[in-house]
Amino acid sequence: MKTRSRVAEHVRQLPFSGIRKFFDIVAQRKDVISLGVGEPDFDTPWTVREAAVFSLERGATHYTSNRGDPALRKAICRYVARQFGAEYDWESEVLVTVGVSEAIDVALRTIINPGDEVLYHEPCFVSYRPSIILAGGVPICVETRREDEFRLTRAMLEKAVTPKTRVLMLNFPCNPTGAVLAKQDVEDIAAFCVQHDLLLLTDEIYAELTYDSKHVSFVSIPAMKERTIFLHGMSKAWAMTGFRIGYACAPAEISENMMKLHQYAIMSAPTTGQKAAAEALERGDSAVADMVAEYNRRRNYLIASFAEMGVPCHTPAGAFYAFPYIGDLGISAEDFALRFLEEKGVAVVPGDAFGQCGAGFLRCAYATSMDNIREAMKRMSEFVAAVRTEKR
Amino acid sequence: MDELLTILQENARTSLEDIARMLRSTPEAVAARIAEYEKNGTIRGYRALVNEDLLQQDNVTAVIEVRVQPEREGGFDRIARRISGFPEVVNMYLMSGKYDLLLFVEGKNLREVASFVSERLSTLDGVLSTGTHFMLKTYKQDGVLMDGDKVDERLQISP
Repeated sequence: MKTRSRVAEHVRQLPFSGIRKFFDIVAQRKDVISLGVGEPDFDTPWTVREAAVFSLERGATHYTSNRGDPALRKAICRYVARQFGAEYDWESEVLVTVGVSEAIDVALRTIINPGDEVLYHEPCFVSYRPSIILAGGVPICVETRREDEFRLTRAMLEKAVTPKTRVLMLNFPCNPTGAVLAKQDVEDIAAFCVQHDLLLLTDEIYAELTYDSKHVSFVSIPAMKERTIFLHGMSKAWAMTGFRIGYACAPAEISENMMKLHQYAIMSAPTTGQKAAAEALERGDSAVADMVAEYNRRRNYLIASFAEMGVPCHTPAGAFYAFPYIGDLGISAEDFALRFLEEKGVAVVPGDAFGQCGAGFLRCAYATSMDNIREAMKRMSEFVAAVRTEKR
Repeated sequence: MDELLTILQENARTSLEDIARMLRSTPEAVAARIAEYEKNGTIRGYRALVNEDLLQQDNVTAVIEVRVQPEREGGFDRIARRISGFPEVVNMYLMSGKYDLLLFVEGKNLREVASFVSERLSTLDGVLSTGTHFMLKTYKQDGVLMDGDKVDERLQISP
């Protein structure tokens, strides 16, 4: 008798993250310089960790309200108002989640009916497409390109939109490309959402990490608030990945229904993390500014190094990733990454782990020390020269 | 503060080429700016940050609070200059509060520091009293933690 799989069909068909395969290979090696880490190398600011320790000493180890600790939700509203210029009601429009990852999942499951089309852009964070599929939606990918510095434009979206499109899902500044949207892009895309009556799900987790101009949030556009789910969190700018705190700001009806899913699946976000997050929002600005300044120096170093070795790379204006193009070297991104690891002991992530159109690119995170970056670029220069010699 | 100074304060041995890459400049332009800082006295020197606790030596450092009699003309400056001239005094500040001057004094051993305080410092005209505290262990110096090494515990690859 043929045994049936115990795993649900739609889950079995879901591919593993492209990053996972590479992770397994890197994990077998020692002394690797990794430019493959998607999280800050900085320690969480001490004032934040100290607040977490204090909350434990005081015995704040119980559930919070499902939506999140009121003190944190108020701090979030103050922060979003002063940083992005949008007013939210802490009681009815804010939900604290287990990182932005949970917020993405809960938001999509709250707003998608079976068969609804969701527009999103690639290359993008690994969870976007699977999250849309698991929520019953139909993912429609819009490819961003090096020529546009991986910006998304209204023209690209107009080509992909259909009468079935319900949601546009964005992530700018972008992991893995480091792309940002200019103010005009944001206004154009907002007008596109209004014209086609779309909901906007905007993951702005890297909002603080921009280097050439200040981040323009979609919530700064008044007409967008009623149709926007704004996602943000503490992981990147405050170096708090392990605390697992994200949040969603949305119109009350959506927020309330998201809260139902969150309540049944999660109950409430980790209490220690929430206490730490409140401290970070109230007193973390200068620590964030110092980290941003350091990221910028590393970014400049990488861009200069790629230019010196003749590897094309657009200037990543946000997040902490450079996305150089190695397609001219006659080697696939995956082969490049595997051989670079094998021969030079440096880990980078092949661009196609973030979508097919990432083929030919490498994601190089500069969330690592300047010493590591200097050494990694020296070895990359040697490796690229060797690959070029082979090609001849 | 100029970002160039931030980089040098972090690591004064950073090469001109590396600084140029970080600041989107050229090594020549960076060298010229550093020379200017050296000339106008903004940069007063370069030195290693040594964790002396790890050295096999018995050096001692004392923090000394000094009350002094300010003068009608010149205030604290004349007496301060006199005290700061001693090579044993490595750092010195004018303070608000219960005492006036705060000194960091280094010596080869306890006796050497004690003799500096009792024979040289407290006998100076204008010095009213001293309070001496010996340092036992350095936890942090110039913004750098001195005990323990940082280990990167992050996953090597993450999305």
